[in-house]
Amino acid sequence: MTKTMGKKMFERPTITRLTPGMPSKHGVGIAVASIQFIDGLKIDDLIEKYGSPLYIFSETVIRKNVEDLKRAFTVRYPKIQIAWSYKTNYLDAICRIFHQEGSWAEVVSGFEYEKAIRNGINGEHIIFNGPGKTEAELLKAAKDGAYIHIDHFDELFLLAKVCQVYDVTARVSIRVNMDVGIYPKWDRFGFNFENGEAWDAINRIMANPQLKLMGLHTHIGTYIMTTDAYRIAAAKLSELAASVAQKFNHYIAYIDMGGGFASRNTLRGAYLSGEDTTPSFDDYADAITSAVINSQIKPDKLPTIILETGRALIDDAGSIAGTVIANKRLTDGRRALIVDVGVNLLFTSFWYDHKINPTQTHSGLVEETVIYGPLCMNIDVIRPSLMFPPLKVGDHFVISRTGAYNNTQWLQFITTRPNVILIDTNRQTHIIRKAENIDNLVQNEEIPPHLVK
Amino acid sequence: MKVNQSIAISENGFVFNPVTGDSFTLNNTGMQIIAMLKSGKTIEQIKEALLSEYDLDALVLERYLQDFITDLKRNYLLLEE
Repeated sequence: MTKTMGKKMFERPTITRLTPGMPSKHGVGIAVASIQFIDGLKIDDLIEKYGSPLYIFSETVIRKNVEDLKRAFTVRYPKIQIAWSYKTNYLDAICRIFHQEGSWAEVVSGFEYEKAIRNGINGEHIIFNGPGKTEAELLKAAKDGAYIHIDHFDELFLLAKVCQVYDVTARVSIRVNMDVGIYPKWDRFGFNFENGEAWDAINRIMANPQLKLMGLHTHIGTYIMTTDAYRIAAAKLSELAASVAQKFNHYIAYIDMGGGFASRNTLRGAYLSGEDTTPSFDDYADAITSAVINSQIKPDKLPTIILETGRALIDDAGSIAGTVIANKRLTDGRRALIVDVGVNLLFTSFWYDHKINPTQTHSGLVEETVIYGPLCMNIDVIRPSLMFPPLKVGDHFVISRTGAYNNTQWLQFITTRPNVILIDTNRQTHIIRKAENIDNLVQNEEIPPHLVK
Repeated sequence: MKVNQSIAISENGFVFNPVTGDSFTLNNTGMQIIAMLKSGKTIEQIKEALLSEYDLDALVLERYLQDFITDLKRNYLLLEE
């Protein structure tokens, strides 16, 4: 909205009932600051130029996050490799920033594998995870020299067959699941450590000359808030590695600790803010590296530690800016704000209490507000309850820490998806994914002849 | 419409209704509107005053003023004459 010279900005009038003595679930001292800039660029200007809603990524923040993670590990351990988790965000421009920073690609499907190749990564720098690899995908990965992380016995047998039939060798690891003292225990992926399944798989791999055991992999879960779980997982994998060395005189090249580091978002239902409770990269690094160093693995045979950290590297580099469509009052007196960002664009609002700030200054008074998206669906709730200033129709806001999973798990549902832009390290903006239109979306549809007219 | 005469309004936007025991806070715009209502201004006069002071169009003002008046009535701060 343009501002007429000499006139004051209008904040819509509010009156808020005070309930003394009643502890609010939002605690005391609620202040909602305005966020006007991202990397020095005015959010309102970006919306004017690229439309609303708008995904905004900061290249500066991505590069800084990678640097911070690397530093946390390299000061404690000699060999570290990051593999960018494609499923967290596989927009090509984003992946290429990680690859420029030296990250390999960690993929979980043939589609993601192909994306990594197109992004200039050769097979020898691809980690191929996931429980659903096809025969053709396994053959290609084996030929390319990718690290195939075997998930289950049927895949192990299938890969052995592929190697025999096509006379190729494959570089493999096994994914190991284990009890690390947290709930839920992830035993769906990989071979179990405690019941000896992992050993059984290793024995079969070592007995097959066409399968080269390169490493051991675990992924203990997601959004792990306790570093002790990583300490236990690293200790168990190291124990397995030391036993393999003892039995087969074979030294594995790497231990892959998977992902799962938490970002600073606040989980739905969490009492304390994620900003206060999330462990730092240093905390995770200390737990993992000390467990490997203190294990029975010989010091001159220490394996590379591979990290598949996704969320913690990209979440705070992404934001979504949007616009208020309408104000409503619900029957219980609460305010409702309808905005143009729905759960179709912000899938993570099912998990997080996302941080939302207006892009303009306000008087400081806030009222309890529900924020709904624009979809004609009951599930479209961005925040069920928060203290928020009285925004008007047309006002802008920005939702922070939306970089992970929202550009991969987004839904093409009810409407099209908007522009995604990147602010580079020189503060130049680039569209990295154009807004969709109806032609993009119907191009794969076909109409049977009897329905043409 | 007139402001319930028994309520106390402080200069910084604190409102107390001694009949119900409820207290409220107003933001600056809310305070301004209540002050004008108390001084006996009509809704039309209030609209005029706000339009000349703030950067907004009549439709937006109409929308939010109506909202605010409903809120005041709901909380027994504004009485029908």
